[in-house]
Amino acid sequence: MKYIKFLLTGVLFGVVMSKAEIISWFRIYEMFRFDAFHMYGIIGSAIAIGMIFVKYTKRKELCCIEKKPIEFKDKNLSVPRYLIGGVIFGLGWAMTGACPGPMFVLLGHGVFSMLIIIVSALFGTLLYGIVKDKLPH
Amino acid sequence: MNFISQPWPWYVAGPLIALVMIILTMFSKSFGLSANLRTMCSIGGAGKRVDFFNFDWKSQIWNLVFLAGAIIGGYIAANYLTSSTSIALSPNTVASLASLGIENAGSTFLPTEIFGLDALSSFGGIAYLVVGGLLIGFGSRYAGGCTSGHAITGLSALQLPSLIAVIGFFIGGLIMTFFILPIIL
Repeated sequence: MKYIKFLLTGVLFGVVMSKAEIISWFRIYEMFRFDAFHMYGIIGSAIAIGMIFVKYTKRKELCCIEKKPIEFKDKNLSVPRYLIGGVIFGLGWAMTGACPGPMFVLLGHGVFSMLIIIVSALFGTLLYGIVKDKLPH
Repeated sequence: MNFISQPWPWYVAGPLIALVMIILTMFSKSFGLSANLRTMCSIGGAGKRVDFFNFDWKSQIWNLVFLAGAIIGGYIAANYLTSSTSIALSPNTVASLASLGIENAGSTFLPTEIFGLDALSSFGGIAYLVVGGLLIGFGSRYAGGCTSGHAITGLSALQLPSLIAVIGFFIGGLIMTFFILPIIL
């Protein structure tokens, strides 16, 4: 039962991603062509609200529901890792119009060609794990 | 109720995605979907051979449950909350796609030329999806996150690495959209 809240939050996420057409290949293509404000409005407003929340909880040292204080772990700075990794991810994102969330939400829509993308993404992740130590980080 | 079945505008969707991140943060979890791919590799036994997958994946069960919820959410939205699957795309986008051989862009939720059964019956069609998936899986783990983890969670917390990653996402996305898709579509 302790997982039910995550299931319900996931349902909310899946519904929003669907209803705002964020999981549509067309919307991603349109975004990368800068033809519409839709995706920028979604990402921008989500970040703006997220920033206010993070700032507020940090200042108030707000404690949470789980008794552990909310922490925001700082990531280690590395340009090649985030830039090269980001470019590779971006190529795949624009190609399939799906990221690791939408590819599963679309399964719920009955788009079974997503299974090919999901299995390939698992192999991509596996491949990274294998060659990780040889890559610049 | 009419509002529910219409496509939701950005000013409804953006705050709701922020709400998802805030709920997870309140439960001391980090909003990030691509971590699930690593968890699934671990569950599949990759940890025995590759150190990167040798971690306590049970700590990530909540995220897999979240993902299961996302699939259910997709099912609910597609079957009960949507009156029409057409998308009001920008006319520029529709024209650009027509020139690439994707007709009537926006009349369906996804381009059937890429995701339909015909595409799955050709080697090129399958190769397209496989290459795309490999790039997503490899790139998101190399960059340490995807759109949810870096663009939403990371930028909200003013993380410079996330900004670099998001700039990378856009460099890759623009190269694909403007230089590679015109060749391969």
